[in-house]
Amino acid sequence: MDIHALQHIVHQTRDARRQQTIPKFSPADRDQLIHKYHPDFRASAYRPIRFGPNEGDRTVVELATLLEGDSPIQDHAELTPHHTTDVLVIGGGGAGCAAALHAHGAGSNVILATKLRLGDSNSVMAQGGMQISVAPEDSPVTHFIDTLKGGHMENDHDLLKVMVEEGPAIAKWLIELGVLFDRQADGNLHVKKGGGSSKPRLLTCSDYTGLEIMRVLKDEVINQKIHVLEFAAAIELLSDGNGACTGAIFKDLDNQRHIVVSAKSVILATGGIGRLHIQGFPTSNHYGATGDGLCLSYRMGAKLAHIDTFQYHPSGAVYPEQLIGALVTEGIRSEGGHLVNAKGERFVNELDTRDVVSSSIIRECEEGRGIRTMSGRVGVWLDTPLLDAEHGPGTVEKHFPAMVMQFDRFGIDISKDPVLIYPTLHYQNGGVKIDTNSETNVKNLFVAGEASGGLHGRNRLMGNSLLDLMVFGKRSGLTAAGRAGTMKQGKLTLQHLDRFRAEAKKHGNVSGVISPMILPAYTRKVG
Amino acid sequence: MATDDTNVIDQPEVMKPRMVTIEIAGKKVDVPEGITVIKAMWYAGMDVVRGVGCLGGFCGACATYYRTKDDPKVRTCLACQMAVQDGMSFTMMPPFPARKATYDIQTLQDPKQDLFNLYPEAPLCRNCNACTEACPQKIDVREGVWKAVFGDFKSVSEMFMDCVMCGMCTPVCIADIAPNLVALYVSRAQGAHFADKPVGLDTRIQEIQDGRFNDDWSKVLKMNKKELADYCATVK
Repeated sequence: MDIHALQHIVHQTRDARRQQTIPKFSPADRDQLIHKYHPDFRASAYRPIRFGPNEGDRTVVELATLLEGDSPIQDHAELTPHHTTDVLVIGGGGAGCAAALHAHGAGSNVILATKLRLGDSNSVMAQGGMQISVAPEDSPVTHFIDTLKGGHMENDHDLLKVMVEEGPAIAKWLIELGVLFDRQADGNLHVKKGGGSSKPRLLTCSDYTGLEIMRVLKDEVINQKIHVLEFAAAIELLSDGNGACTGAIFKDLDNQRHIVVSAKSVILATGGIGRLHIQGFPTSNHYGATGDGLCLSYRMGAKLAHIDTFQYHPSGAVYPEQLIGALVTEGIRSEGGHLVNAKGERFVNELDTRDVVSSSIIRECEEGRGIRTMSGRVGVWLDTPLLDAEHGPGTVEKHFPAMVMQFDRFGIDISKDPVLIYPTLHYQNGGVKIDTNSETNVKNLFVAGEASGGLHGRNRLMGNSLLDLMVFGKRSGLTAAGRAGTMKQGKLTLQHLDRFRAEAKKHGNVSGVISPMILPAYTRKVG
Repeated sequence: MATDDTNVIDQPEVMKPRMVTIEIAGKKVDVPEGITVIKAMWYAGMDVVRGVGCLGGFCGACATYYRTKDDPKVRTCLACQMAVQDGMSFTMMPPFPARKATYDIQTLQDPKQDLFNLYPEAPLCRNCNACTEACPQKIDVREGVWKAVFGDFKSVSEMFMDCVMCGMCTPVCIADIAPNLVALYVSRAQGAHFADKPVGLDTRIQEIQDGRFNDDWSKVLKMNKKELADYCATVK
């Protein structure tokens, strides 16, 4: 049936639904729902990692295979450095730019290497905003508690306390650099309420928060004349033979040559794993989100945390086909947008945490209350026209210009028609385990942003990612820079790789898989 | 760089697609109707490294020129946000060597006057409007350049909030202005120098420095797992 005919029920039931309040699930019901429907609990998608620092820990098959994968670097590779620096930042998204700017500001020589262009990242797509407790009735402690609840109480308390306490200073730094956060009439920062938060705490730049921050940070990296290597994909780290990290080897994607960089410290800010399409899910992630940093640090001996849990954002587009997996911002639900099944019913409190909302959408679809598109995909409705009905005509257009433009390109007016959505693979909740300086158990190897793990527990709260990037980008940059003055550059060796290969051999790893993946294999090989 | 042949573009309607004929950089290929321009390139067997970024319409990496069947007008799009149709012809825009001025945004003394030192070409706009027509984000770019020159930085910062820095406004400018870079400077200057100072933010930073939340912290951090879970349950 035509998709437009199917949406009538959303318009018909709108007024009745507006009278309803849907209570949040009790903790017991919520656990039951998640265990039954959340993809993290699909046992067949998981297997134990066979060797390495996380031997025996379970993760999704796609990631386990890459973590156990072999390096593309041969034993006798040439390790004479092409570049030497104090701080090597790998990754050009939010965490990478923040790390580079702070290390540079503290007087260090910095090289920032990224496999695509500076700024090509998930950060640039962040629409919902950035959680910082600036409102008078809010506090860092409340931010801490909300995040713990969202993370199923498994967040690293030390990391979390650092993040929430340093948030306001980050907001000030960004404003001084020229980031245009939305304001109240009195000039104070406007805050919105995000899913899973007890207080309005989201700082926004309309629905372009990530784009605005990244425009400014990228520009600042260039203005500060930081040495940037673009289209340089990290393929192996270097160690000094005593377990400390001393640099990295890159592949120049333009000419396939290797670039060796020696550095006193390395900051990995390589982002997430959406492009591994775990369990066949579409993803909201950028082209390069292939978990490279996880593979590189794992071979160096860095321990990973919470790598069995991923965030499936509740509202990935299902229709039109061109937008599959693309994010429909949570902001729409924050402003009161309903989720509606094929029978015209609401089925979850739309402001519950992401894992709960995603699980409930999967439940509706698996129990036959989803809406099927012509191409066989299933989803539920997100009632976007409700926002205009609730807050006045023009609300959708004014508050969600990016969303409006994205759908308008395919002839869909989201202020008049509801949007069909289904969970999309969005975020890696875990990653490389770090301390409060963003350092791993491998000396002089730092990890910042989505590639790191522990801070978000088993489910990241909306709006905490942008803050994570800025706080731990800053901490890693400052710590690495602070060390540079008093330390000598270590030797460049591949001893960690010898150890890793010996272990792989012992465990009979003959998969032939080479990691990191660098870019997903979308190019059609036959036909 | 590909480690396996997993092929995510073989979606159901791509498996049994209605095929259309398009031209990619002058070469005719048959691809399934309705897939995006970037997916059409993958479908045609092209490895794309430069020209793909976020795949969500935000990073501006995939700036593309296209023309539809029998229409002389060459238009612009983002390759990840545009569906192919029969008879369409497209090519990606190579990186364009526009000049970006460098500046220390925080120490500018007179940002509105500094615009003319940093981008002396900005006031030379000849009103041809090609930049506006080239903008895939539908920004009134020409108007923005004039507002920048006349010092209305606030309006420029609002108009260019949608700007993905794809740079398609730059090659068309007959006065060699890079409007996106001018607007970026103007927006940053607006934020750093002319926007209201948020007093509440400074208050909060001071409160944290003064230890206003220390009692709350010590209460929460002393709790055992069970107490903390119970306390969390009370916060709504």
